[in-house]
Amino acid sequence: MHLLEGEGVSRNFGGLVAVAGVDFYVDQGEILGLIGPNGAGKTTLFNLISAALPPSAGTISYEGSPITGLPPYKICRLGIARTFQTVKIFAHLPTVRNVMVGSLFGTGSRSSATEALRIADEELEFVELSSLRDVPAGDLTLASQKRLEVARALATQPKLLLLDEIMAGLTRNEVEEAMDLIARIRARGITVVMIEHVMHAIMGICDRIIVLDFGVKIAEGTPAEVAADKKVIEVYLGEEI
Amino acid sequence: MTRDKSVTLGLLIVAFLILALLPQFTSGYLVTLLIDILKFAVLTVAWVVFSGPTGYMSLATAAFYGLGFYIAAVFSGTVPFPLLIMLAGASAFVVALGVGALTLRLRGVYFAIFTFALVLLVQNVVLEVERVVTQTRGRFVETVSTEGVYYAILIVFFLTILAAMLIRRSRYGLALQSIGEYEEAAAHSGINVVWTKVLTFATSAVFMGMAGAIIATRRTYIDPYIAFNLNTSFLPVLMAMFGGMGNLVGPVLGAALFTYIGEILLTRFPDLYMLIFGVVLIVSILFMPNGVLGLAQGVWRKMRGGGHAPS
Repeated sequence: MHLLEGEGVSRNFGGLVAVAGVDFYVDQGEILGLIGPNGAGKTTLFNLISAALPPSAGTISYEGSPITGLPPYKICRLGIARTFQTVKIFAHLPTVRNVMVGSLFGTGSRSSATEALRIADEELEFVELSSLRDVPAGDLTLASQKRLEVARALATQPKLLLLDEIMAGLTRNEVEEAMDLIARIRARGITVVMIEHVMHAIMGICDRIIVLDFGVKIAEGTPAEVAADKKVIEVYLGEEI
Repeated sequence: MTRDKSVTLGLLIVAFLILALLPQFTSGYLVTLLIDILKFAVLTVAWVVFSGPTGYMSLATAAFYGLGFYIAAVFSGTVPFPLLIMLAGASAFVVALGVGALTLRLRGVYFAIFTFALVLLVQNVVLEVERVVTQTRGRFVETVSTEGVYYAILIVFFLTILAAMLIRRSRYGLALQSIGEYEEAAAHSGINVVWTKVLTFATSAVFMGMAGAIIATRRTYIDPYIAFNLNTSFLPVLMAMFGGMGNLVGPVLGAALFTYIGEILLTRFPDLYMLIFGVVLIVSILFMPNGVLGLAQGVWRKMRGGGHAPS
């Protein structure tokens, strides 16, 4: 049984087909990359999995049971956490309170405030933001805000983590640090699906990659297989990947 | 933390005792003024409970307050006063649950306009029911002694403060804040945003309904225009802005000062009342973005020569 599985997942916006009948699966413990040109439907697919949007057609199952139709908070409590392409933090709340929202509400079991705070501090430590725990989240740099979103997602104690371009807009050093962070997340046994445009990062860490173009899955396989795929090279206009 | 709590609780008890003993020493105007102040303090704090952290500007206050008026009128004389107040609170809660479930999917200005329209809707429904069904205009309410009204509104005021404090300090306080900051992120972090908003909205309506039932007894006659007056929706918003919404002292201070200034202007300059009031309001909103309390805290910090001490 796959951890997450989608069958014929589709989403239209009026006449525009953002995701068109995509089949996909994610297995426990792997890192799956989701790539494709802008507008390929990657973020829409994340929104469908996390229930930010209902699918127009198709079903998504998690641990063998269908999850389509559940509200976002239930998806989160089941163990699917996410970050956002454009950061969505609680800007006026201290960093640690941001993370505490995750540990207080998102774990699926009722935890005390003390326990939630302890978990929040642990996750801040994990993403190396402990020194900024009392700073309003809005004052953090973009790289730190992206880490904060990861910490908030991890605080919900997910089995599956959806990372939406956590490396976009980061410097080279910050990208290296983000890659290291993802490796450490995997070491905790958390399954990761990541959307990324930073090719060397995605090729370096993913076990498997799905390529979307205009809402359609055009390729799937190991990084080496995908990089050699004709269609993929075409889509990326011969870009070296 | 616990010391902080006991200090706040101690101060509250002292304030309650002073206010509770007041009618023994004075009567007449001061008690009447305090009833007015406490009424607006209840409405403002109740408004801030929901609209403060979430940023959803509700203009439905008059609907729940007016509902309290009508509960008081309908059951006047048949039900003891305390029960009447509880009945009004319960009715407001139920109505707010329904309204909240319908409207809290709307955001920003749409929510504000809907709640504004709600007051007009309820007002006109009651008018029509009176015209067509009961064929009356308005209703009579059995009066309660001034002291009775004073104690009732005082108790409801402290219940409101207590509820507001408990909500702010509980997990719901954090949930409401995060909804106000970024609703989508709150939902994806495990918060049942719809339920949290609806429940808080309904809780704040309880106190508005209670205040309505109490104040209705100050009048012998009420009608839909008196009960569902839009000023009741706008004034708490202005009072909260005037006082500052950073903590619970601000709204209470705003309600007290606003009511008091209004009284003075009304008695001293009956013709220029609205003009002066308008200017005071504009100046305070322009120059005191964090309210009277924010201004006072700023001055205090400067006097102590402190730098950027967190408030």
